[in-house]
Amino acid sequence: MQAMAAVPAADTLISANAVDYLIIALYFVFVLGIGVMARRAVSDSIDFFLSGRSLPAWVTGLAFISANLGAVEIMGMSANGAELGISTVHYFWVGAIPAMLFLGVVMMPFYYGSKVRSVPEFMFRRFGTGAHLVNALSFALAQLLIAGVNLYLLGSIVHALLGWPLWVALLVAAAIVLSYITLGGLSAAIYNEVLQFFVIVAALLPLTLIGLHRVGGYQGLKDKITEFASSPAATAAKVPSAEQQLHSWPGEALSGFSSPFWSVVGIVFGLGFVLSFGYWTTNFVEVQRAMASNSISAARKTPIIGSFPKMFVPFIVILPGMIAAVLVKEIGELKAGGTPPGGASGEGVKYNDSLLLLMRDVLPNGLLGVAIAGLLAAFMAGMAANISAFNTVFSYDLWQRYIRKDHSDDYYLRIGRLATVGATVIAVFTAIVASSFSNVMDYLQTLFGFFNAPLFATFILGMFWKRMTPTAGWVGLSAGTLSAVVVAFLSKDAFGSVSRGVIPLEGQGAAFVAASAAFVVDIVLSVVVSLGTEPKPVSELRGLVYSETPRKDLVDPMEHRLPWYRRTLPLAGISLVLVTILNFLF
Amino acid sequence: MSQHEIDAPAPDTARRGRHTAGAFDIRNFIGALLGLYGLILTLMGLFGDKALDKTGGVNANLYAGIALLVVSAVFVTWARLKPIVVPDDVEPVLDDPTRPAPKRRRGGH
Repeated sequence: MQAMAAVPAADTLISANAVDYLIIALYFVFVLGIGVMARRAVSDSIDFFLSGRSLPAWVTGLAFISANLGAVEIMGMSANGAELGISTVHYFWVGAIPAMLFLGVVMMPFYYGSKVRSVPEFMFRRFGTGAHLVNALSFALAQLLIAGVNLYLLGSIVHALLGWPLWVALLVAAAIVLSYITLGGLSAAIYNEVLQFFVIVAALLPLTLIGLHRVGGYQGLKDKITEFASSPAATAAKVPSAEQQLHSWPGEALSGFSSPFWSVVGIVFGLGFVLSFGYWTTNFVEVQRAMASNSISAARKTPIIGSFPKMFVPFIVILPGMIAAVLVKEIGELKAGGTPPGGASGEGVKYNDSLLLLMRDVLPNGLLGVAIAGLLAAFMAGMAANISAFNTVFSYDLWQRYIRKDHSDDYYLRIGRLATVGATVIAVFTAIVASSFSNVMDYLQTLFGFFNAPLFATFILGMFWKRMTPTAGWVGLSAGTLSAVVVAFLSKDAFGSVSRGVIPLEGQGAAFVAASAAFVVDIVLSVVVSLGTEPKPVSELRGLVYSETPRKDLVDPMEHRLPWYRRTLPLAGISLVLVTILNFLF
Repeated sequence: MSQHEIDAPAPDTARRGRHTAGAFDIRNFIGALLGLYGLILTLMGLFGDKALDKTGGVNANLYAGIALLVVSAVFVTWARLKPIVVPDDVEPVLDDPTRPAPKRRRGGH
């Protein structure tokens, strides 16, 4: 065990050479170049915040998933892959695709068609001030927290790579993100997300293929995982059985439920319905990408086009994690219950280090540089996505609506840039807070449960039930969020050591239940309150409620001229069939 | 910060120029970056340390480099064949009574 501490370089996790640095430097030249080029195109606040609504669907579609393909997803999902195995795919196939398709087919026409500039603004028009304030404030707060987590992971990889102290790494990373967003606004963020997507694939695909080659193909990986899971050390460390690690269903290891039946229910309802619909359909970070597209048809196709790459992302994210668990010595030791020293934090190897250690073990210099550039790209894009969504909501929904109304467009553009600076500074402090949480995924799922699950309940009820009142909007939202907090507080570990352990749930299972509680409480209270309060006049609900909106407002009049493979519904159908096939295969 | 510079004049010609895409087409950026990466990796694969012990006997840099060059060529060709056509003007939202109205300035100043 002690000998492990001396593995390659004593101070940095990975030994990069001059060629690797050249590749990384090239990436930064391109990132800043995009910022400078986009700066010339930004002439008013719609350009800065919504990219002038001018982008084609494939660009916004890739940005849609890239905004989410940040540090948290890549490191967190490969960590889950190393720890739990293949059931992690549920975060993609159950926990993302159906919700993305629903967003494109059902909800996007309302968002795009009503010409709102943000999701909270939709809330304002449907429910008025109360619900708007709750939504705008909680969203802004969540973005700051998540930007901090992304920044922390970015700082820790720079620390691991260059050996810089964490705080220096945090500041440098923050400065780069800050410079390209203040320069180019959303266009720069979206273009960098698209570029990042390709660099990520160029980084992770070779890593996966070489890793598979080293373990003897997929069959070799299965054999090695089976062998490992049956060893005495693995049994003692309560490693999930090979059966569970190699099959996505029923996924007890993921849900934390011991009964297969409840595990499937938890995954389908908790993750697949409440958490994922809440996240994908109401999260402005994602929806903002679609709003930047050039027509209602492109806006609807944004999440649908995004769903195709999204369903294959697990193969280059989770698979490397699983390979790392059998190929990288330190991860194997960790999984067998050991505490190998080293890791990105320097305080011992964690599952979050799986990808970095696999890169160290299988990539030659050159590809190593591409891989590092890819990770840095993902982390920066993740953070930039949070910050570009934050500055829109802050400028339009908080500052313009409640603090300084009716100023010039230039004024709000300036506020947007200042908000970007402020958010970046706060993210640096959030990053320091985030560093004390061991499993980043748990921490984030917990947050999503609080903010997104009740939001989806309120949105969907408000979109399809015209009787729902403004009072019900804010009451349901607040009570739903509160009930998620209470469940998390009473669970074993959703809030780490603060949780009381009254409800015997831990891990992802606790997050599923907290989110489901929020959803149910929100729906029930909204219905009860609506029946006792005054609804909005029907004339104000056009474009906001399904029954009051003429069909022609919800579809693109030009869409029937496109060939079938470029229309919304056929694309969504193909995506659904593909993801169902994937579920049967694994 | 660059807040002073945002007041720079934006003549109509420059605004219109942006709508016919050109160099600021993301496909050219992707093609250029992946092409450079492909070139570097191919050279590394031919002349650099192949690190065959790490890759399990495969010249990974060379194969990845060639693949990147191909992808790069596809993007640049696509951008050449079908340049971006962006609508000349995007109508601003002025008809929403619930929204505090921004006083939009016409042209430069």
